[in-house]
Amino acid sequence: MKDKPAIQEFIKGLWDENPVLVQLLGLCPTLAVTSTAENGLAMGLAATFVLICSSFLVSMFRKVIPGQVRIAAYIVIIATFVTIADRFLAAFVPDISKSLGPFIPLIIVNCMILGRQEAFASKNGIGRSLLDALGMGVGFTLTLLVLSAIREILGAGTLFGMKIMWESFAEWGVMSQAPGAFITLGCLIAGANWINKRRKA
Amino acid sequence: MNLLVIFIGAALINNFVLQQFLGICPFVGVSKKVDSAFSMGMATTFVMVIAAMVTWLVYNLILIPFNLQILQYVAFILIIASLVQFVEMFIRKVSKPLYDALGIFLPLITTNCAILGLALTSVLKEYNFTETLIYGIGAGIGFTLALVIMAGIREELELVEVPKSFQGAAITMIIAGSLALAFMGFAGII
Repeated sequence: MKDKPAIQEFIKGLWDENPVLVQLLGLCPTLAVTSTAENGLAMGLAATFVLICSSFLVSMFRKVIPGQVRIAAYIVIIATFVTIADRFLAAFVPDISKSLGPFIPLIIVNCMILGRQEAFASKNGIGRSLLDALGMGVGFTLTLLVLSAIREILGAGTLFGMKIMWESFAEWGVMSQAPGAFITLGCLIAGANWINKRRKA
Repeated sequence: MNLLVIFIGAALINNFVLQQFLGICPFVGVSKKVDSAFSMGMATTFVMVIAAMVTWLVYNLILIPFNLQILQYVAFILIIASLVQFVEMFIRKVSKPLYDALGIFLPLITTNCAILGLALTSVLKEYNFTETLIYGIGAGIGFTLALVIMAGIREELELVEVPKSFQGAAITMIIAGSLALAFMGFAGII
C-alpha cells in the first residue's frame, strides 16, 4: 500500500473502488434522496463532509483508540459530525434539509463511512486518509449526481429545477418514485460492470 | 382504527425496504436463501421493536425534559449498538436454539439503517408509546416480507441465464424495482 503514490488514494475512489457502483456501500441514501439533482448533490456533499472530518479524527487518534471499542468510538465520532452537518443544513438551506428528512441523520449508519474508517483511516496517516476520504466522497457525490440527474430529467423533465426537455415531453412519473430509483441504479451498476469488463479485455 | 392504519402503513404501503429504502444492505446481502432471509427478518424485527420502545422512552423522558435534543443522533445510535449487544447476550443465555438461528445476523443489525430510521421517523411523526410499538412491529414485518419475497425470487434466479453485466447486484436492483412497483399498488388500501 505504502509504495503507491499518494494521489492514487484519491483517484481510486472515483472509479476503480467507487463506493456505490463497485463496492455497493451506502445504497440507502443513494436510492432515497436522488429524486432531484439538487437533493442528490446536497446528500453527496453532506456525506463527503462527514467522511473527511471523521477520517481526519480517526486517523489522528488511531493509536489511542483501543481495539475492542473502536467501532463504538468511530460511530460516536461520525454521529457528532452528522449532527453538525444536519444543524448546518437546517440553518442555511431549510428546504433541502426538509426534503432530505431523516436521511441526513442516517448518514451515521452509512456503511461507506464506517467502512472507510475501519478499512483505511484506522491504518494510515492523516494525509493519506484525507486523500482517501476525499476520493471516496467525490466518487460518491458524482455517482449520486448522475443518478439523480437521470431520474430528474426523465421523471420531471427538469435539471436543477430548470426545464430542459421539449414541450410535449410526457414525464415518466415512476422515475421519481421508488421503483425508478432501483431500476436506474441497477442499470448504472450493469453499465459500470460492462465498462470494466471491456477495459480488462 | 388509527393503530391499524399505522400498522398496515408501515408493513405494506410505506414498506421500509421497497418504498423508503431503509435496510438495503441486508436486503442485498442476506436475501439469497429463504430460510436465512426469514431468520434475518425475525432478528431485525425483534431488535426493531425493542429499539423503538427504548429510544422513545429515552427521547421523551430524558432528552426532552433536559432540553438535549441536539444529542438525539448520538444517543440513539449508542442505544441501538448497546441494545444489540445486550439482546445477543440475553438470547444466548435464555434460548440456545434461537441464538444459533439468529447468532450471526445479530451484529449486522447495528448498522442496519432501518433500526435508526424507525427510531428517527417515530420521533418525527410524534407518535405516542403504543403507536411507536405498533409502528415498530409493522415495519419489522414489512422488512421480513420484502426480504423473504426477494430471497424466493433469487433462489429461482439461479436457474436462469442473466446477461453477464447484469449478474449480481444489478439484477437484484432491477428485481427490487419491479417489487417496489408492485408494492405501490398497496397505496389503494387506505
